[in-house]
Amino acid sequence: MGIDRREFIRIAGLSTLLGLGGKGAFELLRPGQVEASMAAKPAAEGVVRWAMVVNMRKMDDDTAKKCAAACHRVHNVPNFAQPKDPKDALPPDIVNRYEVKWIWPEHFHNAFPGEEHPHMPEQMKNLPFLLLCNHCDNPPCVRVCPTKATFRREDGIVNMDMHRCIGCRFCMAGCPFGARSFNWKDPRPYITDTYPGYPTREIGMVEKCTFCAERLAQNMMPACVEASSGALVFGDLNDERSQVRATLKRYFSIRRKVHLGTNPQVYYIV
Amino acid sequence: MLEKALVGTKRYYMLLAILMGIFALGFLFYLRQLQVGLSITGMGRDVSWGFYIAQFTYLVGVAASAVMVVLPYYLHNYKAFGRVTILGEFLAVAAVTMCVTFVLVDMGRPDRVMNVFKYPTPNSVMFWDIIVLNGYLLLNIVIGWNVLECERHSVAPPKWIKFLSYVSIPWAVSIHTVTAFLYAGLPGRGYWLTAIMAPRFLSSAFAAGPSLLILLCLLVRKYTKFDPGKEQIQSLAKVVTYATLINVFFFFCEVFTVFYSQIPDHMLHFQYLFAGLAGKSRLVPFMWFSIVGMTVTAILLTNPKLRRNENTLAMLCGMVILTTWIDKGLGLMTGGFVPNPMEKVTEYAPTIPEALITIGVWALGFLVLTLLYKVAVSIKEELKA
Repeated sequence: MGIDRREFIRIAGLSTLLGLGGKGAFELLRPGQVEASMAAKPAAEGVVRWAMVVNMRKMDDDTAKKCAAACHRVHNVPNFAQPKDPKDALPPDIVNRYEVKWIWPEHFHNAFPGEEHPHMPEQMKNLPFLLLCNHCDNPPCVRVCPTKATFRREDGIVNMDMHRCIGCRFCMAGCPFGARSFNWKDPRPYITDTYPGYPTREIGMVEKCTFCAERLAQNMMPACVEASSGALVFGDLNDERSQVRATLKRYFSIRRKVHLGTNPQVYYIV
Repeated sequence: MLEKALVGTKRYYMLLAILMGIFALGFLFYLRQLQVGLSITGMGRDVSWGFYIAQFTYLVGVAASAVMVVLPYYLHNYKAFGRVTILGEFLAVAAVTMCVTFVLVDMGRPDRVMNVFKYPTPNSVMFWDIIVLNGYLLLNIVIGWNVLECERHSVAPPKWIKFLSYVSIPWAVSIHTVTAFLYAGLPGRGYWLTAIMAPRFLSSAFAAGPSLLILLCLLVRKYTKFDPGKEQIQSLAKVVTYATLINVFFFFCEVFTVFYSQIPDHMLHFQYLFAGLAGKSRLVPFMWFSIVGMTVTAILLTNPKLRRNENTLAMLCGMVILTTWIDKGLGLMTGGFVPNPMEKVTEYAPTIPEALITIGVWALGFLVLTLLYKVAVSIKEELKA
């Protein structure tokens, strides 16, 4: 008994085909999965929903710089303007093109294009609005990623598997906030002090702010929040007693490009 | 039949050698890109898709346009196109080959390309684009090859081939529609966020693709003993005329909505392309040449005299190819990314290595095209003799 070679190849081939097609079909027939990544989630009991409030009343250039520096240091974000070896120096326009940014300051009219008007307080125009990934409830980057390398966690964090990313940059086109960076160039020669607690990256993949998922796992606040002297408030939006909820209740806040329906979870008090 | 591609005139070998040389040059630069990353290109954090994806988009259109010879032949029994369907299908094969290569070349991590199949993600339009493109490639290879084989042995093609040909008609429309959906569903990119993008893609495809096919038919007639036929070329010319007119019409539909509504998110991109923004205006002369040239060409094409004269027709087809290429190959990508989400203006221009890699992929496509056309034409010549 047994099967001959031909028969074996036939069965093996067919089952491979079915296996491959089957997975795709399964995904297709599980609409819950797709919906989960597309629709805003209602607040559920006992579920954490991380969010950040940027209190511009307490923000100044120095604080903004400290926040960005703290984040970029603990995440090994390269600074292309400061190579380890002077012979790797790059001209400024190239630095702008390759730049990797997780959190960075912009003026009001860049942070909230179209919202500025000539009669607003002069000082507001020049405040450093810290921009970062909004960890949207309905993130377009997750929707467009062809490998689920970008995904939304239960706690609302939009995270990335940098080992899965194929570098197609669909997410960069999809993100309406410019929050995503691509490794155009090997970042390692541009990291002055490599921080041992976080991996450095290679060329060819996308990265962004993760709300410090790795620090949250150790019950630590995000690095930028720690460095912000109270200008950044971080916490659980589903917890009534949390500081973010108290701050949002007390002050009026705005968010970036809400009309696009991504439901951003970084709030700005102006 | 493949043996037909192996023997030919000296000129044929020369053409192959030149194309292979250009491809090899591009490949060398691609090896360099693998080493140093996409910093070898002119792209950056603001304009994160450039020349590669633009060529991909344009060529999906060329591939889809094969339907313009397949549809009249199979659905309307327009016998005259029987002579040129094979040329249309093989053009599609070459075009999709280039599309797939351009996507691969654009990837930051081509070594991880299999992740797309390992983790299939139906909510990503790219997932569907990969399915429809590869399906279309397969369809055209199978249909083209089998029909040619049957023609060679003077037997009617099997029924299932006819069935596949019917399938290939809506499939052709799907490849360019899905490719448009890659862009048209992104919330923050005003230039792309328009329902007319897929129709516009199709109209420009049905203008550019048949134009290229007309030029190829003229070349085939000039350099081989096979004549694709005067009537066939004239019928294609009518397709080009209508498609170009519709394409211009769609463009002005878009312009009306954008500028009458006065919504800045949509207007700024057009302002950058046609007038310049924040003192940056690199693409302005190209875009004006494209839209004015396309409009004038469309009007000239409506004149039967200019169409019937194959010399003027060839020139007009050349203009259609050039102007649609500027629109889709230069304007579409950069226009979508400028200004960026913070309304800052960073311009884009391809670098020399990037251009050489691009030309290398085109050479690969034309190499495939030359080999396939050689087979097709040899069979046709053999039948005539």
